[in-house]
Amino acid sequence: MARKVTNTRKWIFTCLAWGVALLIFFPILWTILTSFKTEGDAVATPPKFLFFDWTLANYREVQARSDYFSHFMNSVIIALGSTALGLLVAIPAAWAMAFQPGKQTKNVLMWMLSTKMMPAVGVLIPIYILFQRMGLLDSRTGVLIVLMLMNLPIIIWMLYTYFREIPGEILEASRMDGASLWNEIRYVLTPMAVPGIASTMLLNIILAWNEAFWTLNLTTSRAAPLTTFIASYSSPEGLFYAKLSAASTMAIAPILIMGWFSQKQLVRGLTFGAVK
Amino acid sequence: MNMLIRSLLGACAVSALALPALAQQTTLTIATVNNGDMIRMQKLTGDFTTKHPDIRLQWVTLEENILRQRVTTDIATRGGQYDVVTIGNYEVPIWAKQNWLLPLDGLPEDYDADDLLPAVRRGLSVEDTLYAAPFYAESAMVMYRKDLAEKAGVTISESPTWGEIFTAARAMTDKSAEIYGICLRGKAGWGENMAFLSAMANSYGASWFDMDWKPQFDQPEWHDTLTDYVTIMAEAGPPGASTNGFNENLALFQQGKCGIWIDATVAASFVTDPGESQVADQVGFARFPNKEGVDNHGNWLWSWNLGIPASTTKAEAAKEFVAWATSKGYTELVAAQEGWRAAPPGTRTSLYDNPEYEKDAPFAKLTLASIDGVNTDQSSVKETPYTGGQFVSIPEFQAIGTAVGQQFAATVAGQVKPEQALTSAQQLTTREMTRAGYIK
Repeated sequence: MARKVTNTRKWIFTCLAWGVALLIFFPILWTILTSFKTEGDAVATPPKFLFFDWTLANYREVQARSDYFSHFMNSVIIALGSTALGLLVAIPAAWAMAFQPGKQTKNVLMWMLSTKMMPAVGVLIPIYILFQRMGLLDSRTGVLIVLMLMNLPIIIWMLYTYFREIPGEILEASRMDGASLWNEIRYVLTPMAVPGIASTMLLNIILAWNEAFWTLNLTTSRAAPLTTFIASYSSPEGLFYAKLSAASTMAIAPILIMGWFSQKQLVRGLTFGAVK
Repeated sequence: MNMLIRSLLGACAVSALALPALAQQTTLTIATVNNGDMIRMQKLTGDFTTKHPDIRLQWVTLEENILRQRVTTDIATRGGQYDVVTIGNYEVPIWAKQNWLLPLDGLPEDYDADDLLPAVRRGLSVEDTLYAAPFYAESAMVMYRKDLAEKAGVTISESPTWGEIFTAARAMTDKSAEIYGICLRGKAGWGENMAFLSAMANSYGASWFDMDWKPQFDQPEWHDTLTDYVTIMAEAGPPGASTNGFNENLALFQQGKCGIWIDATVAASFVTDPGESQVADQVGFARFPNKEGVDNHGNWLWSWNLGIPASTTKAEAAKEFVAWATSKGYTELVAAQEGWRAAPPGTRTSLYDNPEYEKDAPFAKLTLASIDGVNTDQSSVKETPYTGGQFVSIPEFQAIGTAVGQQFAATVAGQVKPEQALTSAQQLTTREMTRAGYIK
């Protein structure tokens, strides 16, 4: 009897999980489906779910009109570059705060987090003028630096949480065995923190890939990533929903595939330290 | 070996010859919106680059609101990222007065600026100097289903009154068959529901401000406008109308679900396109309505224009491009490639004098009459301190118009009564106008 109840509960929870997952994924699924419709079918009432004339015309049109590859490469460089740069700064910072905390460590962490509470548009004009003076407008380097700075508080916080989970006794033992600071980081800390660093890296890549405020405002053509590629297909006057959906599908496909293959690391990363 | 050396020398010679040409090439960065006419222009630029081999074109296409924010930031900070920008007639006079745009003097002789429709040219000029060249322009008009009107036993005259429209809309409505008598903008925004409602208010004899910049939402004309709008939308409008903008209504009309649609004249080419519209051969046109006894048809005028930012370092090349894209020659090029129906409408008198265009575009006569009838210097029958038709040409209007639009959208959704929305609109507009220094 007890076993039957357990199975029923298991089924209920499985169905519930699938239902929630489908609900969350539905907008993306709808975008993908719309990208294969004609503009007429895209706005049909009642909406057409699967039974419509499937077409690749929108993808052909988008390919003909825009240089997808150039936008894609900019997205890759900006997302990977800002992540690498961010980790370079964040790992030592998080290490110091986790293992050598000072009196102000908590305050510093809270201050860093508080910078995320300020609306980005509040600093748009000063940053725009700075970029103009430094010749960084429409440059990958400029966007890369800004995105790194924007995501830095999150990276440091995540890494700090991971590092705090590593028992200090292990590091003490390595020191007693004569390990130098470099050896301690290289042979003891890093192997234990790799899962945490990997999931932080993945999350940061996703955040940088999807970032739309700074990439839209600081780039025009040479450094424009996939966010500007999508924005070029939105129109308040004229029906371009199917083409917009095709552009969106092309823009999210790489990150969706990456997310699918790295979901275990991502879930582990996001839930690490959540349950004690 | 000799062959190899010769080949290498040859390649070097060709490169040496080509390099100066590349070095002299000017690259123009053009910011534009995503709509059918602009995309067509991008496809046809081969004609321009063939005539101007020293100029290369680089396009930045963005959604209208993103483009507005992006270009405003760049021009205000003199960022110099764009050489040609696509802007509306709302921005042109404001930006020209800020010296953000270069005057378009010295255009080629064959440009024929006198051929531009007077109402459009007036909206883009400051002290008789043109600051942007119109690419296409639109007013607003009534588009209706002739078959549904006939079935319902109603007629719509060429210059209808609101009473006529409401009667026809009610008669055409058959909600059980998902046919709604009237589709109007309900989505909140200064360029969405407020474009329509400002024009409707003009045609009711209302105005946004009196001569002391005092908001006029407490006047009976605004009360009548909003009450009639909410009533007809409840009786004959589609469900969820408070979220419907141009695109949503276009989709409804094209699928045969609207009896009457009152919106931008540019929609006429979409609803009569057999490739897109299921009711293409059943569409009739009429002028924007007026209230009985009020001689005003809304004064809706919008144009997308090409302007040159003062921060550009390539003004001469930019001027060449603007002149090409807004010339009579460009219109002929579009006609030759895609037929007269695809020609950018609403900017040149010569287009409407062309019998071939009139034959291909059944909406041409009404479009011209609508644009010609606009007076943006005096959009209301009352005396006003501002210019602009379906908007008020002051920098504060975007924020105020959107805030008021949210109040009015709530009335369509049934969340707020028209009286409450008008009181809120009066309060918030007074507050913002006082803060901005218009009201002393």
